[in-house]
Amino acid sequence: MCASAKYNTRGPALIPRMKTKHRIYYITLFSIVLLGLIATGMFQFWPHSIESSSDWTVEKRSVHDVPVVKLPADSPIPERGDLSCRMHTCFDVYRCGFNPKNKIKVYIYSLKKYVDEYGTSVSNTISREYNELLTAISDSEFYTDDVNRACLFVPSIDVLNQNTLRIKETAQALAQLSRWDRGTNHLLFNMLPGGPPDYNTALDVPRDRALLAGGGFSTWTYRQGYDVSIPVYSPLSGEVDLPERGPGPRRFFILSSQMALHPEYHSELEALQAENGESVLILDKCTNLSDGIPTVRKRCHKNQVFDYPQVLQEATFCVVLRGARLGQAVLSDVLQAGCVPVIIADSYILPFSEVLDWKRASVVIPEEKMPEMYSILQSVPQRQIEEMQRQARWFWEAYFRSMKAIALATLQIINDRIYPYAAISYEEWNDPPAVKWSSVSNPLFLPLIPPQSQGFTAIVLTYDRVESLFRVITEVSKVPSLSKLLVVWNNQNKNPPEDSLWPKIRVPLKVVRTAENKLSNRFFPYDEIETEAVLAIDDDIIMLTSDELQFGYEVWREFPDRLVGYPGRLHLWDHEMNKWKYESEWTNEVSMVLTGAAFYHKYFNYLYTYKMPGDIKNWVDAHMNCEDIAMNFLVANVTGKSVIKVTPRKKFKCPECTAIDGLSLDQTHMVERSECINKFASVFGTMPLKVVEHRADPVLYKDDFPEKLKSFPNIGSL
Amino acid sequence: MQTRKKYIFLTFLASWLLLFFFGGDQLRRFAFFSSKKAETLRNWPRWADRSLLKSFADAEELEGDGDPPLQSPKARRAARLSVYKKSRCRMETCFDFSRCEKHGFKVFVYPWEKGDPMSDAYLKILTSIEKSRYYTPNPEEACLFVLNIDTLDRDHLSAQYVRNINEKIRGFPLWNDGRNHLIFNLYSGTWPNYTEDLGFDIGQAILAKASFYTESFRPGFDVSIPLFSKDHPQKGGERGWLYQSSVPPKKKYLLVFKGKRYLTGIGSSTRNALHHIHNGKDIISLTTCKHGKDWEKHKDARCDKDNVDYEKFDYQELLRNSTFCIIPRGRRLGSFRFLEALQAACVPVLLSDGWELPFSEAIDWGKAAVVGSERLLLQIPSAVRCIRPERVLAFQQQTQFLWDAYFSSVDKIVHTTLEIIKDRLLPHRSRARFFWNALPGGLLALPDFSTRGGDFPFYYLRQGSSPSDKFTALIRAVSPVLSLSQPVLRLIQAVSGSQYCAQILVLWSCEKPPPPRGKWPQTAVPLTVIHGRTKLSDRFFPYAAIQTDAVLSLDEHSSLSTSEVDFAFVVWRSFPERIVGFPVRSHSWDAGQQRWGFASEWTNEFSIVLTAAAFYHRYYHSLFTDYLPAGLRDLVDRLAACEDVLMNFLVAAVTKLPPIKVTQRKQHKEPGDQQDTAASAGARRFSQRQDCLNQLVDWFGYMPLVSSQLRLDPVLFKDQVSILRKKYRHLEKP
Repeated sequence: MCASAKYNTRGPALIPRMKTKHRIYYITLFSIVLLGLIATGMFQFWPHSIESSSDWTVEKRSVHDVPVVKLPADSPIPERGDLSCRMHTCFDVYRCGFNPKNKIKVYIYSLKKYVDEYGTSVSNTISREYNELLTAISDSEFYTDDVNRACLFVPSIDVLNQNTLRIKETAQALAQLSRWDRGTNHLLFNMLPGGPPDYNTALDVPRDRALLAGGGFSTWTYRQGYDVSIPVYSPLSGEVDLPERGPGPRRFFILSSQMALHPEYHSELEALQAENGESVLILDKCTNLSDGIPTVRKRCHKNQVFDYPQVLQEATFCVVLRGARLGQAVLSDVLQAGCVPVIIADSYILPFSEVLDWKRASVVIPEEKMPEMYSILQSVPQRQIEEMQRQARWFWEAYFRSMKAIALATLQIINDRIYPYAAISYEEWNDPPAVKWSSVSNPLFLPLIPPQSQGFTAIVLTYDRVESLFRVITEVSKVPSLSKLLVVWNNQNKNPPEDSLWPKIRVPLKVVRTAENKLSNRFFPYDEIETEAVLAIDDDIIMLTSDELQFGYEVWREFPDRLVGYPGRLHLWDHEMNKWKYESEWTNEVSMVLTGAAFYHKYFNYLYTYKMPGDIKNWVDAHMNCEDIAMNFLVANVTGKSVIKVTPRKKFKCPECTAIDGLSLDQTHMVERSECINKFASVFGTMPLKVVEHRADPVLYKDDFPEKLKSFPNIGSL
Repeated sequence: MQTRKKYIFLTFLASWLLLFFFGGDQLRRFAFFSSKKAETLRNWPRWADRSLLKSFADAEELEGDGDPPLQSPKARRAARLSVYKKSRCRMETCFDFSRCEKHGFKVFVYPWEKGDPMSDAYLKILTSIEKSRYYTPNPEEACLFVLNIDTLDRDHLSAQYVRNINEKIRGFPLWNDGRNHLIFNLYSGTWPNYTEDLGFDIGQAILAKASFYTESFRPGFDVSIPLFSKDHPQKGGERGWLYQSSVPPKKKYLLVFKGKRYLTGIGSSTRNALHHIHNGKDIISLTTCKHGKDWEKHKDARCDKDNVDYEKFDYQELLRNSTFCIIPRGRRLGSFRFLEALQAACVPVLLSDGWELPFSEAIDWGKAAVVGSERLLLQIPSAVRCIRPERVLAFQQQTQFLWDAYFSSVDKIVHTTLEIIKDRLLPHRSRARFFWNALPGGLLALPDFSTRGGDFPFYYLRQGSSPSDKFTALIRAVSPVLSLSQPVLRLIQAVSGSQYCAQILVLWSCEKPPPPRGKWPQTAVPLTVIHGRTKLSDRFFPYAAIQTDAVLSLDEHSSLSTSEVDFAFVVWRSFPERIVGFPVRSHSWDAGQQRWGFASEWTNEFSIVLTAAAFYHRYYHSLFTDYLPAGLRDLVDRLAACEDVLMNFLVAAVTKLPPIKVTQRKQHKEPGDQQDTAASAGARRFSQRQDCLNQLVDWFGYMPLVSSQLRLDPVLFKDQVSILRKKYRHLEKP
């Protein structure tokens, strides 16, 4: 049912052993078949065969060969678009249904050529862009060829440009589609709506309940939550390769590159230029170009000739003024150049405004405020301009650059409306890759200080050191906020001691037996853990006082999204070896705490068990080491925060501390730990650990004040 | 036998291979590529001549899109003014921006008196506006007008219904066909249709209304507000109920509903179906027919059994113990249970088709609620079961954030409404959507300060950036500089010695003129004297000279060493949204006197870091000066030693977290204690602080301060290790 709810692993496949006497026989047979297959493969990919292979498919058909459909003059016309349509009134959700993938299914009608009674065609059969768009849909995950399973229908009738079609006849063509049904669940793509003289802002073709992905909506024609506002595609996007330009000063502050501006706008721009001089550049059509140079790719200012769209990269802000229509293809060029668009088109619904946060990528100025444009733009701080430039370029790359990008974004928006609980988040839509990469979204983002009454659960991982384990249990049970003690018995060969032998303590004590002796058992989110706070403690940590543990818990309550632990460690960059190094000496900094004694949120157990990136978990279990480093990496990576080391340094009985005793084992131990850091850093793709110079002590620690009045007097005793 | 078989197979294979190599096209197509062929047929064809297809529009058309001598833009703008009115109102056509240009965003409330017939809820709305920093008593200055007529309940069967509004409004000289007016409404229409009609002509006014239908909502003009009860608190407001974050959610129920079932009329189809998903285990969906006077008339077969089940469960208890709560439409689209679920951290599952969700212009509800479809009720259980536990946790936390940021008091609802409208006035100086949907919320992220996330103390992690690595020291000087040994000069020396110090600003708040340039100590960093007034709140003014993210606020008597400053700054960089400082105080509830008390030094916990020596983000200067109502600043100017308490209140209200105390070599002395050795002066000061504390709690409506039990020390502080190994060894010198 839920696709995501499975965590089981597959066991190794069993290979039945065949009888030896048939073996040779089978082997021969297989090798022959194999040879045959290789030969087939070679045949297929041999250069000479390419030509012939293509006519095995139907791809060689021409758009001119598609079936012709004659529309009688009296065939029905759909009603005009209904302005009150919303998803819950005009859209049939039953067609989409619940499915585990949460993906809508899109059907495309096959291509036909429509002619009227006299055989004159109704429109161009299909434009290059619409063909690209349909190809993209058909190649996408949304596509289905089964008209009965489809949730959304896309006609192959090309209505991208209203000027190229006959309105009434196109409407008739729509109405005769096999599943038209008043246009329910049909999606039309249009980029250039309206026609002279008053240029409607939505497609004029009567379309009844069909959804419209339109390129020039105004707030009065856009049905919020129903239609999708899309960009006007600029064919230059495909023709010109404009590499992203880094931050830094640009030659012009404001640039206007549109050629057919209304004289009134033009004079306003010129007034701006007169006032502010060189930093404002107004480009226009070139009049004196020699023949053969496409005028589209040139712009002129007086006698100066500029390459378009390259010149856009020379400007900080680029004006995108409305023309007869609200949507302008120049917006795409401007974004591609990483120039911050200054949008001056009152009531225009910006492309994909349902999901894109245009305030991060553009400046919108009301038409009446045009004279103040310069001062408004001057007030944008430089660093924000740089972010907007990056954002603009990202919008182009993700949602403007091709018809495919436009088609998929449109379908995703509709998909998100139908499966809102699986919708793509604001961050995924809007954050450029660089931000996505460096930002963290803390899963425990709400500033909560958990109630003290909840207490914590201590988890002791043990193998067979029963005596020491019992001492730890007795010590830990003295901590006032302990609410439960969980012993994870990691020894499969030996049973835990009988119930009667365990120390009697005031809180419930549970023993969990594990199936395998794995270090990751320590971090399993056992159901027995009923508190948020978990104290992981080794079965030989007996030197921590009750005050120290209680204080650690109090610190954790103030930082519930961090690892709060006692012995601290540091990672360092070894310049000689060019890799990370593990450090356990007395340093002024910490970046990790050992989980031999540490408080943390139970949520991280869940993350460790189910969401640990790469093969780290298995690696740790295989090496029987570094589970604590892995936990430090995990928490730092997901929260972006440092650990908190509590209380002064003590001598801990821990593997690397015994180094002082001069055991040779420790050298290898340190090397292994360093290796872990390098391994994990490469799996995470970054070094998430944060280095800090502080630790937490009680407020009055070492202050000249009677000890008995302090909440935690017994801290730091050796 | 075996060999024979072998040969047969070999021959077969050989012939197969031969066939393949030399066999006809036909055979190959059928035998080998049939599946592939079918696929290509089914997909959109790769037309052979696809590269020859014409573009949808040629370049000229895309550029020119029509002949230039079209209608002039000015004429078009003028024409649209008369066309787009009433239901097609937009800010461009129905709002007079020029009113807001001169005096900024100011709100005028029509004068009213205590005795005027007005519901509690409307009274609270007006009070909130009048206490807000946007209020103006002068209609000339106003950008927005709010009526003194209670328009909240427009159900003409209701007792609160105000009659003859049309006549009243016509008498108002300021009405101007409702232009720049804001009308609040919670209930519109009545039985049986509950239309959105308000029973009077609102003209060109902006409507802030609960239960808005998307069809009648004028996007970018109206504001959808939540339905709230008359008992909703004026300010402060209760906190949310989420105290622990567990994964998977440790709740008894998955999905619950308990409420009325309408047997007839609008909204009944949704509520009639709810019982279908009840499973008695983790999904509890209970309805009752018992409501209204004549319910028995319409009663159906289920009613009696349902009524019995209904009584078995308690609504509050369901709310507390469920992960998801169904919020179906009632007669109207919105319901009280929406805010109730939000507060209870019970993720709302909305079944209210066509409801324009509250503050939809700002809030991204997809992060906090499941927007279901009334038609797909039966899919809801499986849909919510499939939401992954970590997503559920995110939902829960987001409900709490939204509740606390925008809904928990009338004050917040009103301010959110106003801020949304204000953001429309200057689009380039308005909040991007993420400011509204990330902690601490849009109301606390002032676009007048900046529209860039990185300038605020809250979004560093989200943006993967960190605060700037320098600070500005701001020293408030009140006494004249007489001798070279004066503490302030030593302080300047110590602070300027820090490697992180960018500049020192001396806020000269003394009657006497400051000493000439040459008298100040020679420092490695620039030292600037700013002339301040004697007002205490001046020290938190957002001076343009402060360009670093961090501010080190100091009193002239503070005594700090360079080490202390260095260490505190390094700590602050880890906690840029908090106050990080040295001397602390704590507060506590004095049950005997029924008031908040103030504890001074030597406590095991603290909740206030004195700004006599503290680091904080410069944004808090802006919040202090621009966000807090002027009345509060007047209050701290009147009381001594209250401004730092207010700053702590402000930061705690924003972050919900305690401040941070760092190591201090020796105890810092409060200036008062040093000068007035007389015990009475100290006591006076102490009682003034107590007063301050209690007055601030009144203003805020709750006690925002949070206590902490820890102090951050250098890692090796007082450890048994050679002092030479310690980076901050000066902190340990006796």
